Formats: sequence, C-alpha cells, structure tokens
Amino acid sequence: MAMAATETLPIEASASPGYWQSVGRRLLRDPVAMGALAVLVIIVLAAVLAPWVAPADPYKATMVRRLRPIGYPGYPLGSDELGRDMLSRLIYGGRLSLFMGVVPVLLAFVIGSSIGIFAGYVGGRINTVVMRTIDVFFAFPSVLLAIALSGVLGAGIINSIVSLTVVFVPQIARVAESVTTQVRSRDYVEAARASGANALAVVRVHVLGNVLGPIFVYATSLISVSMILASGLSFLGLGVKPPEPEWGLMLNTLRTAIYSQPLVAALPGLMIFLTSISFNLFSDGLRTAMEVKQ
Amino acid sequence: MIAYTLKRILYVTPVALGVSLVCFLLVHLAPGDPLTAVMPIDATAEQQAEMRALYGFDKPLPVQYGIWLWKVLQGDLGTSIASGRPVALEVGRAVGNSLILAAVATLIGFTFGTLFGFVAGYFRNSMVDKLASAVSVLGVSVPHYWLGMVLVIIFSAHLGWLPPTGAGPDGSGSWQPDAEHLRYLILPALTMSAIPMGIIARTVRALVAEILSQDFVQALRAKGLGEWGVFKHVVRNAAPTALAVMGLQLGYLLGGSILIETVFAWPGTGFLLNAAIFQRDLPLLQGTILVLAMFFVVLNLVVDVLQTLLDPRIQRS
Repeated sequence: MAMAATETLPIEASASPGYWQSVGRRLLRDPVAMGALAVLVIIVLAAVLAPWVAPADPYKATMVRRLRPIGYPGYPLGSDELGRDMLSRLIYGGRLSLFMGVVPVLLAFVIGSSIGIFAGYVGGRINTVVMRTIDVFFAFPSVLLAIALSGVLGAGIINSIVSLTVVFVPQIARVAESVTTQVRSRDYVEAARASGANALAVVRVHVLGNVLGPIFVYATSLISVSMILASGLSFLGLGVKPPEPEWGLMLNTLRTAIYSQPLVAALPGLMIFLTSISFNLFSDGLRTAMEVKQ
Repeated sequence: MIAYTLKRILYVTPVALGVSLVCFLLVHLAPGDPLTAVMPIDATAEQQAEMRALYGFDKPLPVQYGIWLWKVLQGDLGTSIASGRPVALEVGRAVGNSLILAAVATLIGFTFGTLFGFVAGYFRNSMVDKLASAVSVLGVSVPHYWLGMVLVIIFSAHLGWLPPTGAGPDGSGSWQPDAEHLRYLILPALTMSAIPMGIIARTVRALVAEILSQDFVQALRAKGLGEWGVFKHVVRNAAPTALAVMGLQLGYLLGGSILIETVFAWPGTGFLLNAAIFQRDLPLLQGTILVLAMFFVVLNLVVDVLQTLLDPRIQRS
C-alpha cells in the first residue's frame, strides 16, 4: 500500500559518531522498539536456522493426517491441506517471505537513493525531468502497480522482486531528492563547491553522510508494506509457486479450510501480521530516536 | 482560483500522458508477443504476420502508441480476448461495484479515524491516545487480505451472520442499494476500512496536536472562548488536510482493492484484473489499469483544487 507515501516528510540528521551512539542509546530505552526488535530477531533466526529448528520436513505430505487441529500429537500447530506440519512450514516460510519483503526495499534503497541524490544535487532542468518522471509512477497506487507488473511479467520470485522494487524506487527517490535539495543549499556544501572540489567528492564527503540516515529510516518504514505486498502477490498466485512454503501462498492454499480448521488457516497471516507490525514499530522507534537532535 | 485550477490541469496533463505510456508499454513488457495468447500454436509464420498486421503490431512502437492513444481518447479500450466484449464495457460494469466498496470503506475509515485522531490529539499521552496509536499501527500493519479471511471466519463460518463472498444473493453481478445486498457489503467494506482508518487517525492526531499548540488557540482561550468554540476552530483548521488525506485514500483503495475483491469474490475492477492476469487477457489488463490510474490522477487533481478552495493559504507551486 502506498500508505507510507502520505507521510514522507524526511527528518534531518547530522552525522557524527556521537550522534549514532546517542541514537542507539535512545533506541535501547524504547521498550516498544526493543520488543519489536526482539520479535524480529526471533523470526529471522528461526528462518535462518530452519533446518535445525523445524521439528519436521516442511514438504512431507501425508493424506491421512490432513488439516489436523492445533495441538494434535506430533503436530504442535496442526497440519495443512496436504498433511504437512504447520509449525515447520511456518518456520521455513519465513525464509522466502522475509527475503521477498526485504530485498525489494534494499534494491530500491540503492537505486532510489542514487536517482534522488543525483537529481537533488544536480538540480535545475535535469531534476525537473527526473522528478516529473517519478510523478508518473506516483499516479499508480502501489498495489495496482505491483500486481500489474507481476501479472504481466508472470509469476515467480524474481519477477515479484522486480515489480516491488519498481514500486518502491520512486518513493525512495522522492525522499532522497528532497533531503538532498535541503542539504545542497547548506553553507558547508556551498563552501566545498566554491573551493573547487569535484562533484563526486562533495557528494561523498558532505552529502551522503547527511542524507543516507533519513532515507534509511524512510526505507525501513517500507519493509512492512513490502512484506504485506510480497505475500499478497503469492496469495494471488503471482509470487512463489507451490509447494514452496511461503506465508502468503500458505494462506491462499488454506483458504478452503476456513470452515474445517479456521485457526490453522489463519496462522500464516498471523505471521505476516506479526512481522509487519514489528517492522513498523521498530521503524517508528528509529524515527523517534533519530529525530531528537543532540 | 480558476487560474490555479488551470495551472494544476496543465501540470497534470504530462503526468496523465506518462501514465498512458506506462500502461501501453506494460503490454509490451510481457514475455512473447501480445498475440501469443490468442494465436493457435500451429499458426504458420504467414498467418502470424497477418494477425500482427490486423492488430497493428507490425508498426513501430511510437506509431502503435499514437494509434492506441487516439482510440483511448475516443473511449475505445480495445476488445477483451477472453470474453470478446469491449474492454470499456467490462471495466465500466466493474468500476461501479469497486467504487461503492471503496467509498463505503473510506467513509467508515474516515469516521472512526477522525474520531480516534481527534480524541488522541486532544488528550495526548492519555490512555485513549495510546489506544488510538495502537489502532493506527494495527491498521497499517495488518495484511488486509488476511483480515478479510479472519472476518469471514468469525462472522460467516463461525457465527453465520453474514455472507462470506459475492456482491449479492444468487451471485448477482452487481451491487444494488437494498437491505439484502447491504449484508454482502459489510465484511469487505469493514476489511477495507482498516487501512484509511489507521492513516487518517495518525494524520488527524498530528494535526490536532499541532493546531492546539499554536498561539491563536491560546489567544482564543485567553479572550474567554469556551472549549466548544475552540473545538470549532480546530476542526476548521484540520478539515482541509484531513479531507485531502481522505480523498487520496479513496484513490488508493480503489486501485488497491484487488486483494480484498479476490478474497470476497467482489465483482469489481480488482476481480476483473485478477481474471485478466490469469487468462492473460492483456487488453483487459491494460484497460483496467489505465482506467484505475487515470481515476487516481483525476482524484488527486480534484483533491488538490478542493483543498485550496477550503484553505487558500496552501497553493502548491
């Protein structure tokens, strides 16, 4: 969803070692952000260590024990429509769901920042052309653009990542451009330029350190949207293909079970929800921690 | 005011052209030829060339775009490959259903969002404020397709109060304003309202808090104006932004309804888009996206102009 686009006012940050230390201290004192971080660490660790943590093989199906309830002997969280262990599939599912949620934001962070910083630093006519092009992409609601691109490119993990990256690049570029434009007009940047330093050096030394922080905070707020969208694509059948465990796809295949095993059917969505809200709360905490100046 | 409106229209025109270009190119992004889906596998190279010429795919891309745009401007969005009906007809039929759903959802979201936002902004750091913040975080974090499923589980599967899918009894293809159809609208509309509710609550809370901290509110109180009077001033100042956010949310919901419409089998544009994707009905896909994106562009324009009308101080450059 483009929900985050309505609140893109970037914050200012001044980069010095002491600054980041104090951000860290403030974060540590924020119980909500720390709680969210703890949940994320657990989910990520479980996904990474899945082969060691998962109690059963996530692909092993048994038609005799289909759709068992939560707490059924041998199936702590029940079994799915093909008799596969839900707990193991949820643990393994985190791998693809997290990957497909985080990678587009990372890619968009790199590409969008480059475009935005370039446009903001160069300014003038080039800036106008770049930003008007970006406006075109803002004319599409994010969900629509992501689904349209995935629909045309076809189902698959790579195609989903490509579509989501295309959705987030304009959003990050717009934030990057606005922060860079602000920083560019500062005295120290003007002074560096006047002293004859070449553009790349000025950007590297004076601009990057001041703009990457705010862009990064904005990017972290997109991860939750990206998670929901990525799983949504799989839910529609446009992302991961069966039998891979992925939360969105699992939610889709379990839709038929809402009458027989409603609790089991709702579990994959609960995981998406938990992850997405944790990313949101952590991102909010990071924003608050960085907003306060020294 | 009229000058400003004209200026905005002038500014929106290149964006609209860009949108049409993206929609046009989308079809050419597709692997293979746009005709692959309709062409029999055993068609000879000659027959394929004939088909290509018939649909104009043998011409250079810019020329194709020109021809396509000219047709679109006359209301011709091409023909659906799956149904053989004009795309404009199919989209026109679905757009009404989507609009009803999105409008009702926005209305619910706006009502509760402003309510939460106002109370939270007025009593900052109170329990209500914390509750409102929680509601807004939940609203933006919940995967709405899952929320839809959960509501179906509770109200249809478990309690049996409301129908789980469709827009009306006996699978009627379009929504009607009567009591029976209303029951079908409740669950999808509630599901959809979660997102704007969270965002509007967040916006209004920040707005109200900011307005209350301004000097003029102190001045109003100092001259002895009662709380009700102050409240009216706050509403007057918060309204333009809140309404603008509401307008944009309507656009997002309309364009982003595909997941919810799929969960509830709601016969709107999202459902149509879903069908178009899986039948590889590219003209229908293209037409639906174009209509939704254009609606969003126009809505943005209207919101922008209305906002300036309500509060002439904000004229965007």
